[in-house]
Amino acid sequence: MRLNTQPNIAAPDDFYADLIAAHEGLSDDDSAALNARLILLLANHIGDREALSEALTLARQPG
Amino acid sequence: MIHDRYQLAFKLYPYERSSDQDAAQPVRHPVVVMGGGPIGIATALDLGLQGIPVVVLDDHEGIGQGSRAICFAKRSLEIADRYGAADKMLDKGVVWNLGKVFHDDRKVFEFNLLPEDGHKFPAFINLQQPYFERFLVDRVRQAQAEGAPIDIRGKNRVDSVETHDDHVRLNITTPDGPYTIEADWLIGCDGASSPLRGMMGLDFEGRVFEDSFLIADIKMNNQDFPTERWFWFEPHFKSGASTLLHKQPDGEWRIDFQIGWNIDRKEELREENVRKRLDAMLPGVEYDIVWTSIYTFQCRRMKQFRHGRVIFAGDAAHQVSPFGARGANSGMQDVDNLGWKLGLVLQGKAPERLLDSYHEERAYGADENILNSTRSTDFITPKSKTSHIFRNAVLDLAEHHAFARPLVNSGRLSVPCTYDGLSLNGADALTGGPARTRPGSPCPDAPVGDRFLLGQLGGRFQLLTIDADAPDALDEDGIAVTRVALSASDDPTGALAARYLGDAPRAVYLIRPDQHVAARWDSFDASAVRDALRRATARG
Repeated sequence: MRLNTQPNIAAPDDFYADLIAAHEGLSDDDSAALNARLILLLANHIGDREALSEALTLARQPG
Repeated sequence: MIHDRYQLAFKLYPYERSSDQDAAQPVRHPVVVMGGGPIGIATALDLGLQGIPVVVLDDHEGIGQGSRAICFAKRSLEIADRYGAADKMLDKGVVWNLGKVFHDDRKVFEFNLLPEDGHKFPAFINLQQPYFERFLVDRVRQAQAEGAPIDIRGKNRVDSVETHDDHVRLNITTPDGPYTIEADWLIGCDGASSPLRGMMGLDFEGRVFEDSFLIADIKMNNQDFPTERWFWFEPHFKSGASTLLHKQPDGEWRIDFQIGWNIDRKEELREENVRKRLDAMLPGVEYDIVWTSIYTFQCRRMKQFRHGRVIFAGDAAHQVSPFGARGANSGMQDVDNLGWKLGLVLQGKAPERLLDSYHEERAYGADENILNSTRSTDFITPKSKTSHIFRNAVLDLAEHHAFARPLVNSGRLSVPCTYDGLSLNGADALTGGPARTRPGSPCPDAPVGDRFLLGQLGGRFQLLTIDADAPDALDEDGIAVTRVALSASDDPTGALAARYLGDAPRAVYLIRPDQHVAARWDSFDASAVRDALRRATARG
């Protein structure tokens, strides 16, 4: 497994609050567009195709 | 009676009575080609230039009007050059390198194809299909004068075929009535709706795309428009869900409007309605409409390209979306692949199963083309709301961030495929050899002295040696192999070394008649070359 699924973000509460705040005041469609841009930006930063494939697989499993 | 299904751009092979029509018994021909489009004519050229008699049957007397295919890729020009037909194409064609991508009313980014140096031909030319076909027929006429046994028969419509183990019988209608001929081999180059496929009840499986495209070829009075490819996603002028603008020779422009599935074709093709779309797109521009058409497309291929003595090529065998220029270009690669194989089989120098490798290699190519063009289509026409959101997110990001630009897919432009892992490939035993010339690859061009490498390759098996020793000629069971002896110093630009040596000090390549690499080594070894040659001709 190349995808890091262990805690990796310092101050997780701050990050989570930022994520939710980024969507504040947006319509559902605008939020969906923001999410899409965010995923693309992060995916490119990760770059590692294997890690991305693992993330896609994990994300398709609810819970 | 034979009615024309379309108007002709050039009447090049008017009906003439053949002596076959007066024969007491059906005359047998080694090869009959059904369909006189670009793929059929190129097939006739390939075989005719080998000295193999070939008859082409077409239900019209020349080339149909309308530009249809317009982007001809480097590989198609290289193949046409092997037949001696490319110079006129290059002279007439429009070379372009710059592309611009728009979303709504914004330019998202522009790209330059940045063609690699050291090739005889550019990455692409834009040329109306009737010209491409005419230059091939011109070459046929010249070859005929030099003795090539090619016979093009206009207004000869094949109405039915009977297939047998070792031949095919064809029942043909002409203005003088019916006649029958036989063929050792029948090549179906009769286009996307292939009547031959229908007569034989053969499958054609794949995905239908529920969209229509309105093509308009126009002549602009304003000639200042740049020679660039412009592609709009969701254009602000609302003339279609996507729009493509491309320059052609003769001051003509090709515009493709994606106009949806449930449309009234007749209504959409009325000149005033076509003009409405064009006027919205080109406000204030004066133009004449040269040709319009509406097309839909499918991405699909036949399960098998070879059925005994019947072989399919071009659109008859496979169809792709137009994005990426993979239709006519892949058909030319079919011809390139089939010609030498059929030649060797007809001359008794290779077993019939060599022709199974035609299906193996070209179905592999068709699958690659279908995959690429399907991905382009899914980007251009997203199939779900989420897909649409991601597509627009890519376009939004591409305007400001370089990382997103490679994700923008308005058509991945046609490049020939490498036949990786397929059965004719021999050893890859060149230590440090470049990946782009591994076995199965089409040979990339390179400057050699004041000429180009590809002009010296093709039409027969060859040993390409670079700073390596080898005999000047070999013979293996009747197949002659000649040597092309080069040195890295023949190309001061270093392209030859970069493309064929990589980190190796010297190299020996076995090159197939279609300019694909069969095998490569560090040095010449007679038994290794013999093994590779046997493998490349399906005798191994």
